[in-house]
Amino acid sequence: MRLAYLVPLAVFVLIGLGLAIGLTLNPREIPSALIGKPVPEFSLPPVQGRTLGLATADLKTGEPSVVNVFASWCVPCRVEHPLLLALKRDNLVPVHGLNYKDDPADVAKWLDQLGDPFTRTGADRNGRVGIDWGVYGVPETFVVDGKGNIVCKHVGPLTDWDMDNKIRPLLRDLKAGQPSKVKC
Amino acid sequence: MIAEYGHIALILALCLALVQGILPLIGAARGIDSWIALAPQAALGQAVLVAFAFGCLTYAYVTSDFSVLNVAENSHTLKPMLYKISGVWGNHEGSLLLWILILVIFGAAVAVFGGNLPATLKARVLAIQGLIGVGFLAFILFTSNPFGRLLPPPLEGRGLNPLLQDPGLAFHPPFLYLGYVGFSVAFSFAVAALIEGRVDPAWARWVRPWTLAAWCFLTLGIALGSWWAYYELGWGGWWFWDPVENASFMPWLAGTALLHSAIVVEKRDTLKSWTILLAILTFSLSLLGTFLVRSGVINSVHAFATDPTRGVFILAFLGVVVGGSLALYALRAPALQAVGVFAPISREGALVLNNLLLAVASAAVLLGTLYPVALDAISGAKVSVGPQYFNAVFMPLMAPLVAAIAIGPMLAWKRGDLAAALRRLVPAAVAMLIALGLGLWLMDAKNFYSLLGLGLGAWLGIGALCEVALRVKLFAAPLSETLNRARFLPRAAWGMTVAHLGVAMLVLGITVSETWQIEVQQVMKPGEVAKVGPVEYRFLGVQPIKGPNYTAQQGRFEVLENGRVVREMRPAQRRYQQPPMETTEAAIRPSPVADLYAVVGEGNAETGWAVRLYWKPLVSWIWLGALVMAFGGVLSLSDRRHRVGAPVRRRQAAPSAAE
Repeated sequence: MRLAYLVPLAVFVLIGLGLAIGLTLNPREIPSALIGKPVPEFSLPPVQGRTLGLATADLKTGEPSVVNVFASWCVPCRVEHPLLLALKRDNLVPVHGLNYKDDPADVAKWLDQLGDPFTRTGADRNGRVGIDWGVYGVPETFVVDGKGNIVCKHVGPLTDWDMDNKIRPLLRDLKAGQPSKVKC
Repeated sequence: MIAEYGHIALILALCLALVQGILPLIGAARGIDSWIALAPQAALGQAVLVAFAFGCLTYAYVTSDFSVLNVAENSHTLKPMLYKISGVWGNHEGSLLLWILILVIFGAAVAVFGGNLPATLKARVLAIQGLIGVGFLAFILFTSNPFGRLLPPPLEGRGLNPLLQDPGLAFHPPFLYLGYVGFSVAFSFAVAALIEGRVDPAWARWVRPWTLAAWCFLTLGIALGSWWAYYELGWGGWWFWDPVENASFMPWLAGTALLHSAIVVEKRDTLKSWTILLAILTFSLSLLGTFLVRSGVINSVHAFATDPTRGVFILAFLGVVVGGSLALYALRAPALQAVGVFAPISREGALVLNNLLLAVASAAVLLGTLYPVALDAISGAKVSVGPQYFNAVFMPLMAPLVAAIAIGPMLAWKRGDLAAALRRLVPAAVAMLIALGLGLWLMDAKNFYSLLGLGLGAWLGIGALCEVALRVKLFAAPLSETLNRARFLPRAAWGMTVAHLGVAMLVLGITVSETWQIEVQQVMKPGEVAKVGPVEYRFLGVQPIKGPNYTAQQGRFEVLENGRVVREMRPAQRRYQQPPMETTEAAIRPSPVADLYAVVGEGNAETGWAVRLYWKPLVSWIWLGALVMAFGGVLSLSDRRHRVGAPVRRRQAAPSAAE
């Protein structure tokens, strides 16, 4: 009879264990349907004050590239911005910007003030191209191989850890033309 | 400096919470009077400190101090003042601070209004409250500091999610938290009782008003949230079985069970260990809700931006609080002996049935909510559990509950007479048959659940009235005697009747609106008329308008009843700039008979606009029903026995001492 009083505790311990395992998983990490697929067909004009826009052909040059979805109104974008500048300085691969739902004057000011890490920058003012890319929050970062296939998608701001353990190793493997062990 | 003052106040509150959580417990165990006397003072001091910190954060929001990271991320200078203030709790850190504020206010309330409690019980209750406070203050200080600075400060903030810029939502979290956190008092009473090893009718009477107050707030909070979803999301729905809705609904179900079982402890001195368990579970479910919203374990529209360290912290805290209290329960509860015995058919029996059904319903919701996490943990599969599951398990549990609500109050304590109770409910049975006849006549397809809902709603509504009619001897005695009896009927009895009537309204509102709602989706050009049930909507066109921090396309409709214009309705699509987002503003004409609900979508002058038009009979009864239930709770709360005649423990009885 006394054992019956232990039942609630036992049930709770089970639930707690389940939740502890649940914590290590990420319900938002829905594997993007675009991984392994070619980038969508699109062509965007440059943002104000820049000359190079971004289109599908720019991602199929034989050289891997990084596409960063950003906006001047996005605070986490500001956080990851220095990491993108550093990536540009590495001169590893071109870094392109997809400017998502932004005001032309704002983004020009933003890039002028904080520095411009992007080789090409496409202005997606109404967010239609963003939909084709499966963007559901800014910032998002895509790694594209030389043939224009999406290899990796990172949701949310990049951190030092992400750069050193995901993005850079993956880019080096892609450049060397060897299969990568990096998990995306 | 204001933000730093707030930060310091929180640190001091944590120190004071440690004092409040430890010394009175030792004092009560060893009989050190000065340590016992410390508890109320510490509780009051903590309330003052946390209120000050909350004021500091509010000040930062009101003055748009973007050097505070939290303000910069969630506010904007163009936002109306109401939403600057509600923005304080529209984010993880600030809402956590509100949680703590309400916790310490409840603690202070126990300290102030708990004058009739024995000093040791009061000290222990306050100590447990203090320990809960320690956990949450540590959580906010170490993982979610709302006062963090941002350098350099941006010129403009990021803005609050436009969906949250709404009066319904501005007040929904405070009410929910008043409910969630209010159950912490019942929890503290339960743990204190386990430590003391005695649960008796006096204990039940002390704990009941706190439970009742928390339950009223939670009822209102859930109703407000549902009402917000109804008019702001523009889908016309009012409950989505979203994990976070479930997180608020589980403590409500358990809290409702607790309210009823506490009556049994108070009146009959039995069901003690079950009531204690319910008090622990109700607050545990509140904490679990907090965990689900803030840990990122579950994907939900409500989930706050998440951070793994937070999840680990709350889970550890959950383990200590829930695991600790359940372990204490396993140790001490076997010693709690029931005094009153009762037959299965009795008031107690009916309340046990109520508890059983509510507890199973709560467990079913818990299962549905956690199933995706469990499956992901075991097999890595991503699923979501939708309304099909919840409706399928919920209806069969609620139907007998609603049927039994009418019967329970007719039964006597100890041993009831079911046949006699049913004879008294003949008018309710007649009402049920009329409702069923009406339903069959109105409906072409015979939908079982619709008929069931109609019949049960009528049965319960009239049944609740029958009960009060019997009590006041309506028609059985002269009118003057009836009035006199009505006047002297305890408020708690009125509260019960009113709350049960609220349930009947809720059942009818859900059934009728789900069954007979009419929805028309079409493309309309200006001048066209659409017939929606008994009314017609004439589309007048769309024009651009400008609000304080948004622009909008506003549609205009004239509503015609029998060819006469009765109303103009203006639904809109709003486009916010900061952050860029579009929201649908439905136009709603609420009425007790049927709501009119119009939404305008994409379109242009050539091809017309996509519109959705509804006629929703009795839908407002859902929220009115919840309001009536909460009012019943307030009536019961105002009962004389909670205000005067401080209950005195009968020392000689001491039936459940665990020594």
